[in-house]
Amino acid sequence: MGAKKFSTELKNLKYEIQEHAREFGLDFFKVIFEVLDFSQLNEIASYGGFPTRYPHWKFGMEYEKLQKGYTYGLQKIYEQVINNDPCYAYLLETNNIVDQKMVMAHVYGHCDFFKNNLWFSKTNRKMMDEMANHGMRIRRFMEKYGEEEVDNFIDTCLSIENLIDPHSQFIVRRNQKPRYNTIPKEIEEETVKRLKSKDYMDSFINPEEFIKAQKMKLEEKSQKRKKFPEDPEKDILLFLIGYSPLATWQKDILSIIREESYYFTPQGQTKIMNEGWATYWHSKILTQKCLKNNEIIDYADHHSGTLGSRPGVINPYKIGLELFRDIEDRWNKGKFGKEYEECDDFVKKKNWNRNLGLGREKIFEIRKLYNDINFIDTFLTKEFCEEQGLFTYEYNDKTKRYEISDRDFKKIKEKFLFALTNFGQPHIYVEDGNYDNRGELYLTHRHEGIDLKIEYAKDTMVNIHKIWKRPVHLQTQIGEKKVLLTYNGKEHTEKNI
Amino acid sequence: MVKKIERDTRKFRQIIRGKIKKELKKYITRGELIGKKGKDLVSIPIPQIELPYFKYGTEEVGGVGQGEGESGTPIGSDKGEPGAGTAGDQPGEHLLEVEMSIEELAEILGEELELPRIQPRGKKNIIEDKDRYTGIRRVGPESLRHFKRTYKQALKRQIISGTYNIQNPRIIPIREDKRYLSWKTTRSPESNAVIIYMMDVSGSMGDEQKEIVRIESFWIDTWLRFNYKGLESRYIVHDAVAREVNKDTFYHTRESGGTLISSAYELCIKMIEKDYPAMEWNIYPFHFSDGDNYVTDNDRCTQLLEKWLLPYSNVFCYGQVAGFYGSGKFFQDLNEHFPNEENLITSHINDKDEIYNSIKEFLGKGK
Repeated sequence: MGAKKFSTELKNLKYEIQEHAREFGLDFFKVIFEVLDFSQLNEIASYGGFPTRYPHWKFGMEYEKLQKGYTYGLQKIYEQVINNDPCYAYLLETNNIVDQKMVMAHVYGHCDFFKNNLWFSKTNRKMMDEMANHGMRIRRFMEKYGEEEVDNFIDTCLSIENLIDPHSQFIVRRNQKPRYNTIPKEIEEETVKRLKSKDYMDSFINPEEFIKAQKMKLEEKSQKRKKFPEDPEKDILLFLIGYSPLATWQKDILSIIREESYYFTPQGQTKIMNEGWATYWHSKILTQKCLKNNEIIDYADHHSGTLGSRPGVINPYKIGLELFRDIEDRWNKGKFGKEYEECDDFVKKKNWNRNLGLGREKIFEIRKLYNDINFIDTFLTKEFCEEQGLFTYEYNDKTKRYEISDRDFKKIKEKFLFALTNFGQPHIYVEDGNYDNRGELYLTHRHEGIDLKIEYAKDTMVNIHKIWKRPVHLQTQIGEKKVLLTYNGKEHTEKNI
Repeated sequence: MVKKIERDTRKFRQIIRGKIKKELKKYITRGELIGKKGKDLVSIPIPQIELPYFKYGTEEVGGVGQGEGESGTPIGSDKGEPGAGTAGDQPGEHLLEVEMSIEELAEILGEELELPRIQPRGKKNIIEDKDRYTGIRRVGPESLRHFKRTYKQALKRQIISGTYNIQNPRIIPIREDKRYLSWKTTRSPESNAVIIYMMDVSGSMGDEQKEIVRIESFWIDTWLRFNYKGLESRYIVHDAVAREVNKDTFYHTRESGGTLISSAYELCIKMIEKDYPAMEWNIYPFHFSDGDNYVTDNDRCTQLLEKWLLPYSNVFCYGQVAGFYGSGKFFQDLNEHFPNEENLITSHINDKDEIYNSIKEFLGKGK
């Protein structure tokens, strides 16, 4: 890819902005900027930022969409930044200089976030190389096993790419297996331990009911040991890689998809914070440091474009930025803690100011430790909701459209958090990998009030069957009734349970 | 260098092509493509191609938004989801508009309907010579002098020879500097073709019938245009009298009154004789009617066909749409009168679903 020259003017800008960012306390990887024309930028954006990614038609679809959007002037990508060390950022050649300034400052914000936010701490910082590696492996499989075959298998894998367990990377499991497997010890048959007692005291010290209950517990435990997997497994991809009868190359592709899925996960987990943070900093750096007088209008125009929102859509840039500013203000003025919370004088609360000046420190702490869920959970306040004009909306069956339903703080927060939990996707677990003792796969959907889209679920089960090669069951709920969907390789069945 | 994305875009287009091919019948009957036609491209709405995955039924979800309005205020449109989910940038279930060249669409149509390529008749393959100014040479008439090239050449010479003066940058070309445009003659085979659409607009033809004609002629047009470059189209409407109209009027006129099909045929013959000598042109008359002709006119029609129209045409197509009234006897009469006529194709189009087969009947002979 013939990158355009990173001109001296841009280079000077880069050093200037980098210095400002450092002075503000941002801490980032080295950033490498590349200047591209729009079709190059669109190409890279289609590949999720990685020019060397594996080939697949969905990137082609994305590209067509972006190209068309650009040609008709509907949308335009200004920048693309990659979580990697060094951090790669792509600039659009035709951006004017104010835009480039803004974009660069924005990039430094993102880069600081990538480096410091806890949820990114487990991501591969050499992903650029890793992606190239993935691409090469898949291309080699295509040569060996045929493009069609590999393409189809990737389709299958992508259909279940969301079935991972984002938190698993942070959990130290109770039953962490030792790295080197020593010979497993013979499991002793456990018995209920009785306390020592004199005969006449025995029925008091070891009462009958207690012993019985203990026995039941033990039995349950040993039952469980026979279950496979022992506990419901949320990382379904991992389970399938481990136990499904796939060819080696297929397992390799599945693990590539899984790895990339984990890599992109934190970006979904922190969308609001990440964009809010980057926007906060481009606005800070530009308005306080490096805008020239004649650039103000262009900047304001572009900046407000970034923050614009349509009803019914939460703009992560807007909400993130406003929330960071709100927090900074509250911690500067000491608008937190028991005394403040319990104050019921509206005017007093509004004018509350203890001149603490802790705001900046607080937001830096937040960018380190939080993700969108606890960010919203902790810092979304009633006042903020009112000020920003948030509402909940619902689908109205009668009018066949989405309508504003409420402006109640509690409901807003609840809906908001629900949308963020598991990225607004259903929770699915592997319950049993040997269901009915016939090697069938039993999945459970933890129903939380909203049904699955059944046609999609069925099609997805077909894809899982392609991998597992034995009947696949999914326990879910349709309305009030619990159902078991089954796909046996030929047809779908559904029964109430 | 071939860009990497091109492989993926090509793959994607292949998938789309497959989808369109599979759904072609639906597209044909619905006729929604007609409005989507640009000069060279047709924009085809297809459902977003999405890999299935476990997800919530979108309509139930709802979510959080930002903005003004009382409760009950509608937000967004009724189609697709207004970006529920985390950050509101999830793609909704929108229709994907894919652009496809008319040629490609015709190709798909041809493949799906198994239409044979049309063999232009006789020696109507005219070889045409075309001059295109694509080259440069050192001699030529002054009128074809290429100013820029000449200037550049002179500049070069002056710099090399040291006669170029920056303070006084005067460039004087001499004869060796002069460059002239030159042309190349390309020979391209071209066959001329014309479609003459005739439609019965008498009182008995309703809007639905006209819609059928409109859809059918769109596809016929697409296919013939694919086979002949520079295809011409002419339009004739008739009730008891015939007149030539433009395309727009053709589809939207409604008259009342009796029907004399012969009037259209006469006009058609006149048109051919005046503008499209049958020796040089591939001629395709299409006639659509509900077949409810004035009884005594049928003989006149068959006469006109036999004597002039059929010999003139590559193929004469008569499509009969089901009318509310009348006998539709014209169809029967034609078939009785010309039981073995190669050049005549008749087809019944009772409703939109039959358009598909009717196109196949008309174009399936490869004439």
